[in-house]
Amino acid sequence: MDTLIGLLVAAPLLGAGILLTGGRRLDRAGHLLGTLLALTSFVLAAVLFADMLGKDTGRRTLTSHLFTWVPVDGFQAQVGFQLDQLSMTFVLLITGVGTLIHIYSIGYMEHDERRRRFFGYLNLFLAAMLLLVLADNYFLLYAGWEGVGLASYLLIGFWQHKPSAATAAKKAFLVNRVGDIGLSVAIMLLFTTFGSFAFSDVFPKVGQASATQHATVTGIGFMLLLAACGKSAQVPLQSWLGDAMEGPTPVSALIHAATMVTAGVYLITRSGAIFNAAPDAQTAVVTVGAVTLIFGAIVGCAKDDIKKALAGSTMSQIGYMIMAAGLGPIGYVFAIMHLVTHGFFKAGLFLGAGSVMHGMNDEVDMRKFGGLRKYMPITFVTFGLGYLAIIGFPGLSGFFSKDKIIEAAFAKGGTEGWILGTCALIGAAITAFYMTRVMLMTFFGEERWKDGRTATASPDEPSAEPAAAHSAHGAPHPHESPSSMTIPMIILAFGSVFAGGLFSINSAFVKWLEPVTGHSEGDSPVSTGTVTAGTMVVLVLGVLVAWLMYGRRPVPAVAPKGSLLTRAARRDLLQDDFNHVVLVRGGEHLTRSLVYLDHSLVDGVVNGTAASVGGLSGRLRRLQNGYVRSYAVSMLGGTAVVVAATLLMRAV
Amino acid sequence: MSAALHSGPVVHSLWTTAASSTDRFPTPHIEYAQLSPVLIIFGVAMLGILVEAFTPRRHRYTAQVVLAVVGLAAAFAAVVALAEKGYGTTKAHIAAMGAVAVDGPALFLQGTILLVGLVAVFTFAERRLDPKAHGRHVDSFAAQGSAVPGGEQEKAAVRAGFTTTEVFPLLLFAVGGMLVFPAANDLLTLFVALEVFSLPLYILCALARRNRLMSQESAVKYFLLGAFSSAFLLFGIALLYGYSGTVTYSGISAVIDGTAPTNPALDNTTGNDALLLIGLAMVAVGLLFKVGAVPFHMWTPDVYQGAPTPVTGFMAAATKVAAFGALLRLLYVVLPGMRWDWRPVMWGVAIATMLVGAVIAVTQTDVKRLLAYSSVAHAGFILAGVIAVDKDGVSSVLFYLAAYSFVTLGAFAVVTLVRDAGGEATHLSRWAGLGRRSPLVAAVFGVFLLAFAGIPLTSGFAGKFAVFKAAAQGGAMPLVIIGVISSAVAAFFYIRVIVLMFFSEPKPDGPSVAVPSPLTSMAIALGVVVTLVMGLAPQYFLDLADKASVFVR
Repeated sequence: MDTLIGLLVAAPLLGAGILLTGGRRLDRAGHLLGTLLALTSFVLAAVLFADMLGKDTGRRTLTSHLFTWVPVDGFQAQVGFQLDQLSMTFVLLITGVGTLIHIYSIGYMEHDERRRRFFGYLNLFLAAMLLLVLADNYFLLYAGWEGVGLASYLLIGFWQHKPSAATAAKKAFLVNRVGDIGLSVAIMLLFTTFGSFAFSDVFPKVGQASATQHATVTGIGFMLLLAACGKSAQVPLQSWLGDAMEGPTPVSALIHAATMVTAGVYLITRSGAIFNAAPDAQTAVVTVGAVTLIFGAIVGCAKDDIKKALAGSTMSQIGYMIMAAGLGPIGYVFAIMHLVTHGFFKAGLFLGAGSVMHGMNDEVDMRKFGGLRKYMPITFVTFGLGYLAIIGFPGLSGFFSKDKIIEAAFAKGGTEGWILGTCALIGAAITAFYMTRVMLMTFFGEERWKDGRTATASPDEPSAEPAAAHSAHGAPHPHESPSSMTIPMIILAFGSVFAGGLFSINSAFVKWLEPVTGHSEGDSPVSTGTVTAGTMVVLVLGVLVAWLMYGRRPVPAVAPKGSLLTRAARRDLLQDDFNHVVLVRGGEHLTRSLVYLDHSLVDGVVNGTAASVGGLSGRLRRLQNGYVRSYAVSMLGGTAVVVAATLLMRAV
Repeated sequence: MSAALHSGPVVHSLWTTAASSTDRFPTPHIEYAQLSPVLIIFGVAMLGILVEAFTPRRHRYTAQVVLAVVGLAAAFAAVVALAEKGYGTTKAHIAAMGAVAVDGPALFLQGTILLVGLVAVFTFAERRLDPKAHGRHVDSFAAQGSAVPGGEQEKAAVRAGFTTTEVFPLLLFAVGGMLVFPAANDLLTLFVALEVFSLPLYILCALARRNRLMSQESAVKYFLLGAFSSAFLLFGIALLYGYSGTVTYSGISAVIDGTAPTNPALDNTTGNDALLLIGLAMVAVGLLFKVGAVPFHMWTPDVYQGAPTPVTGFMAAATKVAAFGALLRLLYVVLPGMRWDWRPVMWGVAIATMLVGAVIAVTQTDVKRLLAYSSVAHAGFILAGVIAVDKDGVSSVLFYLAAYSFVTLGAFAVVTLVRDAGGEATHLSRWAGLGRRSPLVAAVFGVFLLAFAGIPLTSGFAGKFAVFKAAAQGGAMPLVIIGVISSAVAAFFYIRVIVLMFFSEPKPDGPSVAVPSPLTSMAIALGVVVTLVMGLAPQYFLDLADKASVFVR
């Protein structure tokens, strides 16, 4: 069984290798190969899962050591895998959703001439993500962490001919670097403090850390949080996620909704031992989570671009998870549970959005949608189920997982618990509002795309999305997508509906993860019933307000000016402006002065040296006049000097 | 000879009982097996002379090439066999009545010289580069050395298809002298070896087929200055003998240390430190001339430019190996007790050599002169390692010499390929855009230039690193800093050639690259392989040099 773990990573890696180096010969079958290898990985995962279920709770962890990567005395970096319940959960999510999105992409990317490359990148992503969650040490985890960053970069910028996509890719990469520095610093600190970066070495030692080491552990916690912020688009490193929607929609669904962006949650949960020993770092984590969940929700309310609205929602939902993870053992399990259910319904929502765009000439502005439920029944139903799941409609996935997080927030106890709980409830209300808004603007109301003003693809800026390539410009003809796209949506809709319920039967998920993450009930000042009731109230409130604003009144096709907050939210709450003023301007000033210094001082010295060497060379050259007599004289003189110097040395 | 002067007591007994001493004159005891590499080379060289005398002209070329290759290969095999038997390490001792040392450095350097000689034979034997003269393939050497350049006799010789096949025995004699030079264990053997390898080189320099006047001029210059430096060396030997009463290295060393019994016959001079110091300086001058150190370097550019390019390559590589070997032995065996006297002077010479070589090379416009100044700079880098005076110093210098000689041979072999109507096109402006027209040749030359510059993944980097490391550990940090600065200056002109080859527009009437026979191709390929192997996996060779780095006393 152990050897299967390596194969899990190897299958998509093989796919990436073949597809990216195979050349045009593979254009016709490349997508099928990529999908097949993703499926292989999923089947292996299922086998391993079945095997794991058959074992005792205490002995479920599988480890597999492949080879020593960096064998230096005292610095042993191993390539080894550790498959426990936490990793298993992620592996199933990644390979499962990954396979579905591969299948979806076959249809979605059908008319893109670089489809083979796209599947190569997707496979690369799967391999890197699996490496990330399967690594048994931080060093290897870092390799996976950078691998998913690379895949994300390549896929956001997949339509590199669009300047916006290229810029977005660059932005994502740069912002992620900031977080990655955090992770690398954390790993270095781990190594210098504990002499190892293997999970099995570090975690027991963290518990017995001395007083001075405690400060370091807190520092490590902060650095890990920084890493999580970068990868999971949490405040203050959230600015890249909205722009990342420039990538093809399947990418948004897989990488920027369901899997990669949740790597930060994985990191914090996996490093639970460190955070448990560093309460200050935990406080920072819950703060980041709480701020982001409100922040993302507000941004989601104001966006008219359907994918960007969903991106704001993703940010907000991950905020929930990070907050839960920051609560410690009360929340780890629910963070992961929400992560899984969110993986289903958010992937489903994105695929739905992709399907809508597919039928609408790649229009993304929701103000130019409306009344689409008649034209795309399957998309409507699956998207609707995802919608109900995310707002936490009773009985659906999101209800169970989000409710648990809100409970856990209150259970933190004290003032902190009240603040966090309130934030979570407000977040739930806003979630209900913006998701209802998306739903109403897209599938209900007038058919705003009919009045001819929706010709999206102007001739001088042809749309990049491949689906548009074959459809005539002009008014769109909404239609249902092909079955390769709808089937994954239907399967994900099933997950959105039933996953949460299944996990909650008999607290199955808690029991499943408890051996890895630990679990404690906490001590809530409010009863479970009250929390659920409160959640319901804010849910109804959010939906109601949204309906009043967008359901009852016709939606204007051109966005109104809106309040100050709305305008700020449309600009991602001025995050980019803040970055621009503080970092870009400052950086520009710094680089300009450095360039000046380089030009005047450094170049001056360098060029001056070069010129003087050249001049010296020219003059010395003249000594070489070709006459033997001069040469002989110079030898004689040289000998005299050497003899004199030798004698002088003795005299000294 | 050396036996008679072997030590004080012998001379003393001669002095007192002159009449009865003839029957006690000891029979020289020669260890033929241990000297076999040298003996094989000299024997084959003699055979070569006989071939010249008794074989018909048309067979000479083939016979000489085969003879030289076989001889060099056999001698190399003998060196390997000796090393295998442990003569480089445990069984190292002094052979031939104290005249020649058989030890690690000697065997390592002899092996290197023999391989260099073997590759040089390939370039000497190349006959495809020059256009055919009267329907016959010709090599780089004059049809008849004694004919006046441009005269009737020369034309007749060319018409008759004469070739100077004597170059092969000459090469072998030079190699033979070079084999003895680093192994010489007394000053007279040192001097004889020096002359034995110098004289053939003077002749070889004069034998270019093209630009004969320039070639002859270079030979005369080399000869005059060489004779001048030999005089210094000989004078130094005399002074050292005056100081110590002996010419053997161990004997002089013992006198310096004060452990030797004094010789009453030489009471007036023995122990006179002025003699020692002046003698030491003059012997050093003789050797520094051969390695081309500043200010005794002035012959290098002129001679390197004028000599036939295959000879230049051989001379640049092998002479340096032999001369540095002798210098090492002199400084490490004879004068270790004197290091406080000679080290500062050597410091000065090394610094001047590195800086002057690198700086003057910057404005060179002829590729052969450029390589000549580059060889001056490299002599400076090697001197930095020599000065370390410890085991690491020796091993780093051995490694550097092995690495450097193959790069040099390869580089000069490439120079022979780039030709136009007037023969080799050595002016740098003619090399512009070579990379576009002949990417392979340009790339190979680029590899050699990078190795000269000491860029990582080439042997030049490993060598430079080893030498500078040894120098730094020996406490010569300023020397290392100046070495690195000179390397930076040197990198400029190496890279400039690369830029010229690859990033300039080719000239419409630019030179063409001749297609060589397998001989030159093999020489170049061997250079590239050695450069890359010693650059990518230097550890084996470093270990080998390290094992071979103990001198026998």
